[in-house]
Amino acid sequence: MKILVPVKRVIDYNVKVRVKADQTGVELANVKMSMNPFDEISVEQAIRLKEAGVCEEIIAVSVGVQQCQETIRTALAMGADRGIHVLHDGDVEPLAVAKILKELANKEGPSLIIVGKQAIDDDSNQTGQMLAALLGWGQATFVSDIQVEGEQVKATREVDGGLETISVKLPAVITTDLRLNEPRYASLPNIMKAKKKPIDQTSPADLGVDPSIRLEVLKVAEPPQRESGVKVEDVADLVDKLRNTAKVI
Amino acid sequence: MTILIIAEHGNTELGPATLNAVTAAKAIGGEIEILVAGSGCDGAANDASKIEGVTKILVADSDEYANALAENVATLVSKIAENYSHILATATTSAKNIMPRVAALKDVQQISEISEVIDAETFVRPIYAGNAMATVKTSDSIKVITVRGTSFEAAQEDGGSASIEKIDASGDAGLSQYIGSELSASERPDLTSARIVVSGGRGMQSGENFPIIEAVADKLGAAVGASRAAVDAGYVPNDYQVGQTGKVVAPDLYIAVGISGAIQHLAGMKDSKVIVAINKDEEAPIFQVADFGLVADLFKAVPELDDELQKNGFTG
Repeated sequence: MKILVPVKRVIDYNVKVRVKADQTGVELANVKMSMNPFDEISVEQAIRLKEAGVCEEIIAVSVGVQQCQETIRTALAMGADRGIHVLHDGDVEPLAVAKILKELANKEGPSLIIVGKQAIDDDSNQTGQMLAALLGWGQATFVSDIQVEGEQVKATREVDGGLETISVKLPAVITTDLRLNEPRYASLPNIMKAKKKPIDQTSPADLGVDPSIRLEVLKVAEPPQRESGVKVEDVADLVDKLRNTAKVI
Repeated sequence: MTILIIAEHGNTELGPATLNAVTAAKAIGGEIEILVAGSGCDGAANDASKIEGVTKILVADSDEYANALAENVATLVSKIAENYSHILATATTSAKNIMPRVAALKDVQQISEISEVIDAETFVRPIYAGNAMATVKTSDSIKVITVRGTSFEAAQEDGGSASIEKIDASGDAGLSQYIGSELSASERPDLTSARIVVSGGRGMQSGENFPIIEAVADKLGAAVGASRAAVDAGYVPNDYQVGQTGKVVAPDLYIAVGISGAIQHLAGMKDSKVIVAINKDEEAPIFQVADFGLVADLFKAVPELDDELQKNGFTG
């Protein structure tokens, strides 16, 4: 089977994000960018399925600016086979990304699309579910374990009360949660090899998708800051402050 | 303008998360209806009909909704969506699974986890783990929205008398099947609605050490949470995780024990009214958001706290 893995270029998870003074967005200039951590987990899972003999080819896809090719290269260095870059300058929303991925899925015919459950920039948690809906496929979201069993995939999902197990018919969309695996680091030889792997370039227009923004961002502001607190001397002091100053116990 | 809320429920009873969405719907304004899609779900429908401010409960009672499979529930919601200006649900894992599917079927760009209603088209939502707040305005004719539960008070669960109307089921999509659940059994309050939360982090060193914070939690009638590090290390189950990608909590009192305070963790708890941090590293970022910080070895401080609470009459 083929597996399609979308990878998003986002501000690195270690970077302290700063809101721009004019409140039009967050500062992206000279900020370290990386692959969305959940997408790394998706790439890793696809590679493990390939290593287990379940999958023959892994295609990494990224939608966005020219530098998204670096994100695709990271996926190729980890072990994806080839890349597709859908070039688009400017913001793109989950619904448009899902429409683009749907068109690519119809061309490539993957049995599984493994999507990170959310991107750590817009925190939307939508793309995988939207893609499954547009394709008319089943979905297993927030998974911490998957087993491909013939024409089905059995998935363990992280839900509010604990864990849930479902089975979904292939082809299907999976969205990955943190505990699914620990992504590997690309080795130097694999980074070199990845430079020779092919990346096709296309665009939303080539795929017949209108990427226009539906949600107009009026303002991006700093969240309210907490006032700094005090250090307490010892446990007795803490309990006293909680009872008599804060009055919360 | 009529707003539809997708109920969070366990068939025999309504889930408390539904009440937060009702408050968000009131802030938008208009008639409020609630959809209960389940199997043998009269109990949940009856509970919903008593919520103050709701006019009508729609009930789709059929086997294919027994376990809230997204494919089946989303198809049902998309069939009735045209009757509504807004479709809302509190952002539980179940709603997060279903709602984007509804949005895509209606060609709508969903607005995730709103924390404030400005007007019927304009909403505030946290981005970048709550390090920025975006005000967004939608041009979609049907607004599909998930609501951050901690940002909206629970609506009154009684005092209402909504009518209950049965609606036709939409059939089983046959795409997925529920196999089973492994739910954490606990006598403690639910993490997302508890008044007090005590959480442990990597500093706990092992799951075997969690009983010392559980003892404190039980004295205070608190829920127990954890940082991602503690969950990843296998100290506690996944449903304990508080943070950007876990649960978002905003209790009256949050006690962080052995948690350094990564931004991803702060995203899940920094709206708590009072924050206490117990950590031996006085440089730990958790102290920057803590109202009361105790620099101490948790293995000494937590049992002392347990004793001190006992002395002060907290016996659980």
